Amino acid sequence: MSTHPATASTRPASEDSREISMTGIGSESEREIPDIPPNPVMEALKLNVFYGDFHAVHDVNLSFGKNEITALIGPSGCGKSTVLRCLNRMNDLVSGARVEGEVTYHGQNIYARNVDPIAVRTQVGMVFQKPNPFPKSIYDNIAYGPRVTGMKVENMDDLVEEALRAAALWEEVKDKLKQSAYGLSGGQQQRLCIARTIATKPDVILMDEPCSALDPIATSRIEDLMVGLRDDYTIIIVTHNMQQAARVSDRTAFFTARPDETTGNRTGLLVEFDRTSNIFANPNDKRTEDYISGRFG
Amino acid sequence: MSVAATTARDMTRVVSTGRSKDRGVGSLVFLGALWFSLFFGVMVLLVLIIDVAIAGSPRFDSALLTEYGSIVSPETTGFRAGILGSLWLMLFTALLAVPLGIAAALYLEEFADGERWWNRMIEVNLQNLAAVPAIVYGLLAVAVISLMGFNRTGIVLGGAVALALLILPVIIITTREAVRAVPQDIRQGSLALGATVWQTTWRQTLPSAIPGIATGTILGLSRAIGEAAPLIVVGLAGSVRFDPTGLFSEITALPMQIYSLTSQSREELQTAASAAIIVLLIMILGLNALAIFIRNKFQKTW
Amino acid sequence: MSSIVTTGAGPSPRGTGLPAAPNLRRKARPVESVIRAFLMVSALLSVAITIGIVAALIQPVIEFFREVPFGDFFATEGEYAVLPLVAGTAMTTVIALIVAIPLGLGAAMYLSEYASARARKILKPTVELLAGVPSVVYGFFALTFVTPTLLQDILNLEVGFTNALAAGLVLGVMIIPTIASLSEDALSAVPHAMRQGSLAMGANRMQTTLRVVLPAALSGVAAAIVLGLSRAVGETMIVALAAGAQKNLSIDPREGMQTMTGFIAQTAGGENAVGSTSYNTLFAVGLLLFAITLVINIISIALVRRFRQAY
Repeated sequence: MSTHPATASTRPASEDSREISMTGIGSESEREIPDIPPNPVMEALKLNVFYGDFHAVHDVNLSFGKNEITALIGPSGCGKSTVLRCLNRMNDLVSGARVEGEVTYHGQNIYARNVDPIAVRTQVGMVFQKPNPFPKSIYDNIAYGPRVTGMKVENMDDLVEEALRAAALWEEVKDKLKQSAYGLSGGQQQRLCIARTIATKPDVILMDEPCSALDPIATSRIEDLMVGLRDDYTIIIVTHNMQQAARVSDRTAFFTARPDETTGNRTGLLVEFDRTSNIFANPNDKRTEDYISGRFG
Repeated sequence: MSVAATTARDMTRVVSTGRSKDRGVGSLVFLGALWFSLFFGVMVLLVLIIDVAIAGSPRFDSALLTEYGSIVSPETTGFRAGILGSLWLMLFTALLAVPLGIAAALYLEEFADGERWWNRMIEVNLQNLAAVPAIVYGLLAVAVISLMGFNRTGIVLGGAVALALLILPVIIITTREAVRAVPQDIRQGSLALGATVWQTTWRQTLPSAIPGIATGTILGLSRAIGEAAPLIVVGLAGSVRFDPTGLFSEITALPMQIYSLTSQSREELQTAASAAIIVLLIMILGLNALAIFIRNKFQKTW
Repeated sequence: MSSIVTTGAGPSPRGTGLPAAPNLRRKARPVESVIRAFLMVSALLSVAITIGIVAALIQPVIEFFREVPFGDFFATEGEYAVLPLVAGTAMTTVIALIVAIPLGLGAAMYLSEYASARARKILKPTVELLAGVPSVVYGFFALTFVTPTLLQDILNLEVGFTNALAAGLVLGVMIIPTIASLSEDALSAVPHAMRQGSLAMGANRMQTTLRVVLPAALSGVAAAIVLGLSRAVGETMIVALAAGAQKNLSIDPREGMQTMTGFIAQTAGGENAVGSTSYNTLFAVGLLLFAITLVINIISIALVRRFRQAY
């Protein structure tokens, strides 16, 4: 399905070789990564998120280039998942959540008054931390999205096959499509969730720590899959795993949390956003460097 | 003796000395009192059942189920009208209370923003309603059916309205618990695919919650079927001698018949009342067993 | 903040050179709106029921007080006097609580502090069985077993055919599960660390239960007792059958005395013409009963909330 960039990379990390500078930083040995994200599909402009009185995310500016993989990294509580959930308005579901600033999708502010969050979610799909297949058959898991969104589907069987092939799961499940999705292994379930998202033909796929519940072998299959999907989708991934960010992403945004002096609440903010190679090999900010080199986090 | 056995015995001694503080007289008396508390109720229940069963045993015959109530021939008086009446009431109570209760529960769990004052008001109100005396629901039902243009004459509709009002809070509360047990992951997965809140509720949450809802509903109905107080208020009589025929037909109910027999002094009628209590307990036990069966068989563990 | 964040977020080519953006405009979803409205109305119905109760009671009560002076209602004797009924309710309720508080709490403490998880899984539903028995059955039992066999034959008490004692005792048995079940929840919610702290200081299990766990769970236990109280006040059939059908302002539990609920059941089951003053008494007593239980319930809800906040 794809050549794994990790094995192909020969780029030396940087002069002062850090512990983290493993092989395969970025996937740019095969790709030219321009200085700024090309044709940004989505952008966050002065994004602030509040939960009640709690200021969760402060002034984040980001742009996500078409057919790129962007990784959001940082210590826990730094607001990276919150930012991700703003991109398809999943934060709407949290009672008391409030978003300020703009998130644009092809230039339209998705938080504008006349925008339908459901329409946003059909364009911007999401894969969650824990595999969450529906308690239905494998087939119905895939067909669910197209059915509920009223997609015009000529042949559902073909669509299901296509989605499962795209998620590299077809060969494993083609003989048991009518069986419950709960019979699959954790890694298979997560690929099913990716297939389910692909079936609704989104433009952007958000992944919230998609491998944190999986073993290393299943993780590497998902990583392969992400790199393969990059040609057709814009992918934004939150990860705890720096090596993972380094292996799969083109660009990386590093977040950190700043405790409020009076309340002690930790507000997340963006420290640095750059090509993954620069973030890992040559960060501009001391805080990024400390985190990458394991001195903090 | 083997080494292992010796060690085991030593271990036991260590453990028992460790627990010796719990073996003082005070502690033992305390523990005994707790045991007594736990089993007192069960003992009362056993005495009740045995006493009633012995008293009712001469009347465990088919006439008990097939004959109408009769003071003229008390040795063959039966509870046909009451049993049928209770079944009819249960049916119409369920038809009224179940859809409304489930709808209200789904709104509160899936749609309502719990931060809003009116939704919080609904919450407090529900907790309150669950503890309103049953007999007060009878008074409300009288008002409801008179608004519909009916007098307080002990018809199916009046009884069903009273019992439905009574178990509505129970159904809402148990449905909410069942719905809440469906993991949030499932909802988020569905919403993230572009499903609406209602699509998510109808296609994901509700199917997964049905066993829990069914269990709660059946338990609510088993409470309704034993209830007599609100039925007295809506005017159900103990002495109906025909089968129910429709929503507006006069009926009685099994607990109503039992209630009215207790004021009769004839021994045969007391015996019949005891036998009828066993019938009522069997009906309730059956419903409870059904609820437990559904829970154990279909309940998902996530 | 550094690097290209600002450049990236600056004047980006909004929409230019990109494929036509999909339409994100809000869609009308009539079915969704109708369903949502229906569900909301169903939920609001519960509020309507409360308002309905008050409305249903108030109108006949106003009529009642047009005929009967206030003083005749809140009087100790007379046709419309309610105080003997309140006293009857208080008597049966107090007896019930004397039975149910120690037994319910004892069962709760055993379940929470001594029973294994497996034993609890069997024992708790067994205790709750008591709440599933219809109250008319309990009433019959009080009338035909507790009074003649237990009180008269075994204990040799001189009690009437109907008496507050038998009704109160059986009422107490009926509310044991209410008190036991909710208290058990409260006791179980006390953090384990508190128990371990006490045991580590050399206290035994009894001391830990009584001096650490119980005080820590106090507001939850209080809520359970208050809810049991509300059940006892509102329960009808036991008292209608076994407590008596005569107003009797007495402090002797061996005598028969009518309660508020017993009065409502008797009057409603009687031959009073709808709309007559004696029929309307029903609603006056009903409103008072509703008001009393409402206050009790609000106290219970407030206690539960306080307990939830603590842990």
